[in-house]
Amino acid sequence: MSSATIVAVSFLYLVLLFAIAWMGDRRADQGRSIIANPTIYALSLAVYCTTWTYYGSVGRAASSGIGFLPIFIGPTLAVCLWWFVMLKMVRIGKTHRITSIADFIASRYGKSQLLGGLVTVIAVLGVIPYIALQLKAVSGSFMILAHYPEIVMPTQGVSRSWFLDTAFYVALSMATFTILFGTRHLDATERHEGLVAAVAFESVVKLVVFLAVGVFVTFGMYDGFGDIFSRAAEFPDLAQLMRMEAGGNSFGSWFALSLLSMLAVMFLPRQFQVAVVENVNENHLRRAIWLFPLYLFLINVFVLPIALGGLMHFEGKGVDADAFVLALPMASGHGWLALLVFIGGLSAATGMVIVETIALSTMVCNDLMMPLLLRMQWEGLRRREDLSGLLLGIRRAAIVVILLLGYLYFRFAGEAHALVSIGLISFAAVAQFAPAMLLGMYWRPGTRAGALAGLSGGFLVWLYTLLLPSFAKSGWLPGAFLEEGVFGLEALRPYHLLGMEGLDPIAHSLFWSLLVNVGACVCVSLWRRPSAVEAGQATLFVDVFKQTRPAGDAFWRASAHVADLLPLIGRFIGPERARQAFAEYARSRGVADMQDLQADAGLVHFAETTLAGAIGSASARVMVASVVKEEPLGLDEVMNILDEASQVRAYSRRLEQKSRELETATRELRTANERLKELDLLKDDFMSSVTHELRTPLTSIRAFSEMLLEDPEMDLDDRQRFLAIVVSETERLTRLVNQVLDMAKIESGHAEWDNCEVDLKEVVEQAAWSTSQLFRDKGVQLEMSLPERVPVLLADRDRLMQVVLNLLSNAVKFVARDSGQVWLRLFETDEGLRVDVEDNGPGLTEDEYALVFEKFRQGGNTMTGKPQGTGLGLPISRQIIEHYGGRLWVESAPGSGACFSFLMPCVKSTETKDDAR
Amino acid sequence: MIKATLTGQRLMALFLLGAVLFNYPLLSIFDLPRVWAGIPLLYLYVFGLWLLLVILMIWIIER
Repeated sequence: MSSATIVAVSFLYLVLLFAIAWMGDRRADQGRSIIANPTIYALSLAVYCTTWTYYGSVGRAASSGIGFLPIFIGPTLAVCLWWFVMLKMVRIGKTHRITSIADFIASRYGKSQLLGGLVTVIAVLGVIPYIALQLKAVSGSFMILAHYPEIVMPTQGVSRSWFLDTAFYVALSMATFTILFGTRHLDATERHEGLVAAVAFESVVKLVVFLAVGVFVTFGMYDGFGDIFSRAAEFPDLAQLMRMEAGGNSFGSWFALSLLSMLAVMFLPRQFQVAVVENVNENHLRRAIWLFPLYLFLINVFVLPIALGGLMHFEGKGVDADAFVLALPMASGHGWLALLVFIGGLSAATGMVIVETIALSTMVCNDLMMPLLLRMQWEGLRRREDLSGLLLGIRRAAIVVILLLGYLYFRFAGEAHALVSIGLISFAAVAQFAPAMLLGMYWRPGTRAGALAGLSGGFLVWLYTLLLPSFAKSGWLPGAFLEEGVFGLEALRPYHLLGMEGLDPIAHSLFWSLLVNVGACVCVSLWRRPSAVEAGQATLFVDVFKQTRPAGDAFWRASAHVADLLPLIGRFIGPERARQAFAEYARSRGVADMQDLQADAGLVHFAETTLAGAIGSASARVMVASVVKEEPLGLDEVMNILDEASQVRAYSRRLEQKSRELETATRELRTANERLKELDLLKDDFMSSVTHELRTPLTSIRAFSEMLLEDPEMDLDDRQRFLAIVVSETERLTRLVNQVLDMAKIESGHAEWDNCEVDLKEVVEQAAWSTSQLFRDKGVQLEMSLPERVPVLLADRDRLMQVVLNLLSNAVKFVARDSGQVWLRLFETDEGLRVDVEDNGPGLTEDEYALVFEKFRQGGNTMTGKPQGTGLGLPISRQIIEHYGGRLWVESAPGSGACFSFLMPCVKSTETKDDAR
Repeated sequence: MIKATLTGQRLMALFLLGAVLFNYPLLSIFDLPRVWAGIPLLYLYVFGLWLLLVILMIWIIER
């Protein structure tokens, strides 16, 4: 098969991937995300299966039987715990806009730039061998396929110049592809929807192709599982592979590898990227928990048949077991299947390389370069308006550098190792993140110093017990120290620290590095109390699910205006995106214009989190601190906030207050409702009364007018009399209407009160004088008793006059003609000035007593006698007096007259009294 | 948020069960040179157990 064909097919495949990614991005922009789907999420997690799984598993199975399995059984068990652990990681990641695993650890331990940088360095150094592995697998499979139909293993140990090396071009094309995929624009949350869609597609491709090869070998070349295994069992070497001890396996290394891969599946930068950063919805975890292990199971079912089949088929032909997956179809003359296998391998490699380098480049940019640039106070940083281009540039450069480093590792160290041992070195490196991550999520006292000590200690042990020996094996270093230890100290032999025997190198390194890591992390953390910011972040991470946890802005006393923050954020994520983000925040706060946002700690926190999505939490902290006036809280204050009891108290206080507010509101609403109902009823009554009252005078006016109209012969006297009635009824009508209006005004509070100093004595005298004609007409005697002098009141003179007139005219109405008598008294009491109007009329019955102050209730029997008033006088009078805070009441018994009294409170009365003493 | 506590506890139990069944000493019981329908006992045990665990996960989560 010509190289050109392979390159062309690979290119077409990559174009297809790119189309999928492009569609994914487009759909995301339209808000119809295709990755918002639990199946896609689970498939994207299968980026765990790289060429190491695809080619390497068979290689390892060929030498150690089921020794390849712990790498997949570990994750199968680990996902059971994802229900707790991964959910927490995802929640924390979303809450704090975490962009990478370095960002996670840095943010947890007080937004430490140093820690973020250390994690980045470990991740890059640890993962580079892993990337080298992918380059090795792709270039190796390419070279094998290019010789089809012959099966020729790539020449080992022959140095080629780099420009003839396939792996170099593989590295370059992957770098290009990754840059096109991952760093086209700077997203505020570091999410790459299209990328995830493409990775999920690749997971399907590699699974389907591998299953196809498996089926082809098992059922095409052989006669099913039983056939392969029975035939293999006849070879003594192969029968060995069906036991646990095959290839130096042991239960110890089995356990160690399971543990290692459990940690790796959570803390590999690419796994963190797809599982946490690219997660769309927490609920997608549910399906991933079973779909991901199922995927792992399926992709491993045919590994042993292929390995054993290959060993039997290529016995003594010098074919590398890592290439069996490709070589078996080739040996059977199925070129097209071999080409598919190559494409599957390319899927596995590109998926891993793209996601891994994007995750690493984000870390390098946010946690290594940004802090360095900020620290160096680089002039260019201050001058440039829009830094998003700079960030993208850094990331692109990081992608190229990482892939070139991978190529260098492959070229100088990679050829000495099988795929699996390279991968395990990487796994052991990222396992160093586990203590800092897990303790960080579940253990509050962990401090920055502890995490730094643990990480660096574990990293150094890994370096010494795993990476340096691998260099030594590749010939980079003199191999003597492997056997003799450095300085000839036997206790320091890298594979047998302190003389420990019985563990394979990986298990040995894992044991020592995790021991040092956890030990240092715990001991150093417990050495001293955490600082305020460490304690604050610890609580935000550990208690992320708790209702009572303090809000993210609780730990800063800071304020900054939108005008300061917006340009800062805009420089990093672009002015337009920044404006959108702020406008959205303003809307969530119920503020129409973002300029009106309150300059409080909440706003600063929002700005910082937004920025953290672009440049990482540690750098975001530094940038925001540069424009914000803030003072971090002291340790005691933070401890106060963190104190569990006080949190619960504060929470329950808030609840109590809320429920009290609710109760009050309910009560107010209920009274308001009752009042409304009452008013509604009153209004109905009032309407019917008013219409009734209007009809009475109208009826008589109409009756008399009609009589006048119909009888032109009527004599003058009658005519005069009728007209007088019509006039008086009209007057009554006018009065009624006026009083209704008056009443309405007073009740609604729209009445005008013309307050001035009033001498009540003078008012009473004038009222008596005004009504004197009425009294004379009816022959009623009015007796007055007034004091010499009364204090002045502040009131509306005309209104008071109206009250007194009303009471006097009422009294006249109800006393008997000629024998009637009315007493008018004015005197001072403790409460104020009191006016009594007493008569010797019929008095009030018990019923009348209750009704006399209601509207349209008239004294006397309305059925027999002619109504003499409007029925509004007393209610209006009472309203007036009550307006001034006084009282109007009546005392009466049937048959013995009635006494209407009112009391006007008067400030000056006390003074007069004091004078009197 | 995923709420069901019982599901979480079941998965935790499944983890412990798997951890025990997939390790020494239980694993050593099946490390015998025996075949069943042509398939070595160790292979059969490991893959069978794996499939069983996955099925249990599906049952726990999706029922």
